Amino acid sequence: MGRFDFYGYRRENGRVGIRNHVVILPLDDLSNAACEAVANNIKGTLALPHAYGRLQFGEDLELFFRTLIGTGSNPNVAACVVIGIEPGWTTRVVEGVANTGKPVAGFSIEENGDITTIANASRKAREFMQWASERPRERCSIPELFISTKCGESDTTSGLASCPTVGNLIDKLDPLGVTTCFGETSELTGAEQVCASRAATPEVAARFMEVFNAYQDVINRHKTSDLSESQPTKGNISGGLTTIEEKAFGNLQKIGRTTKFIDVLKPAEAPAKGPGLYYMDTSSAAAECVTLQAAAGFVVHLFPTGQGNVIGNPIEPVIKLTANPKTARTMVEHIDLDVSGILRRELTLDQAGDLLIDMVIRTCNGRLTCAEVMGHREFVMTKLYQSA
Amino acid sequence: MPKTDFIVHDKADTVGVAVVEDIQPNTTVTGWVMETDETITLTALDAIPLGHKIALRDVRQGETVLKYGHDIGRAIADIGKGRHVHVHNLKTKRW
Repeated sequence: MGRFDFYGYRRENGRVGIRNHVVILPLDDLSNAACEAVANNIKGTLALPHAYGRLQFGEDLELFFRTLIGTGSNPNVAACVVIGIEPGWTTRVVEGVANTGKPVAGFSIEENGDITTIANASRKAREFMQWASERPRERCSIPELFISTKCGESDTTSGLASCPTVGNLIDKLDPLGVTTCFGETSELTGAEQVCASRAATPEVAARFMEVFNAYQDVINRHKTSDLSESQPTKGNISGGLTTIEEKAFGNLQKIGRTTKFIDVLKPAEAPAKGPGLYYMDTSSAAAECVTLQAAAGFVVHLFPTGQGNVIGNPIEPVIKLTANPKTARTMVEHIDLDVSGILRRELTLDQAGDLLIDMVIRTCNGRLTCAEVMGHREFVMTKLYQSA
Repeated sequence: MPKTDFIVHDKADTVGVAVVEDIQPNTTVTGWVMETDETITLTALDAIPLGHKIALRDVRQGETVLKYGHDIGRAIADIGKGRHVHVHNLKTKRW
């Protein structure tokens, strides 16, 4: 085993996962109850209840399907049961997930009722769960990983140390051919020109600025104040962050000092340009952003926090790190890696980056993250506008 | 190495960040400038909570405040060297 090797699950399409979930995926809000019943019947399966799926249209509907299909397709998912109120859209999700080659089956409630649907779906889930339990872990290497990042409840220690630690990891892993992703469009406000300068080509920079400006238009259209307490959040402000510009420069530390981003992704869009750093247009709300990145196929997430965001994701393990010594002390069950030593000058950034790489490898090998053992499974769809 | 009370990202910055939990008014504090690896000292005039900013020089109302070597907003009041810098005297130029 080399330093960058780990044992993961190689899926039918060649992609590598680090978890082996059997997911019970509701097409719509109406199907949450049936999915939760199936997950209760068949131990080890995971229901992913959510609030949407009815009367969405246009780009918002496309994003909805991309998120659901992407979630089922994620390599951390071994097999997937889809339950919907009616068969049409249920089949669309099943067919989307089936493109990966993994086992997937759909069930619809109309003309069956919940009880029959739950019974039929439970039989299939039982079969999938036992099949999945015999999938072996195989030796994989770090270039096969898709790693996403997003920070939350940031404070000034995020910009000083925990975000630069992620940046150090990205600068070290990018040359090895790892696929990585950052997002948080609104949270680049004030640092957008610096971010654009980190695009690999002028075309990518121009597309980034287009997406950035479109998000500013959304904010300007809906804002009723200067967004204080929303962006930065109340927690950010308690932690010493004063303005969005200050928060943005701290946020941007996550992409390191040298790595360039090679493409601009729509929310939940899978990378298609090969290994490298991708920018995804996302909200800066933690659960929305991580849900979109998981749906794009990222299998492990790096989450620097300052004041102590407790987020997890049902299918993508979230590794949390902090440089805030008080957070590391008072929220120990939520922090996978304490890098507060950087602030005391006991730890260099380079050493912290190596510690984070080690934590990624351990997590890939099966170490449960704090969020996993604490049961944090925030699965939050991004909705672009009202339903019809 | 002396205990580091605050850290400054960039030599050009007008503010530093308290990295200890107990900066009291009228005490001498030691800072580390990451960009240049210099050590600086100044007198804190306010209590500065962990993670909050301290002014490294006098800043006039209307002046741009620099951190990471970049514009992070506008002073909305005169800020003396050693004072706490936060929402009461610094505001975004956006939104």
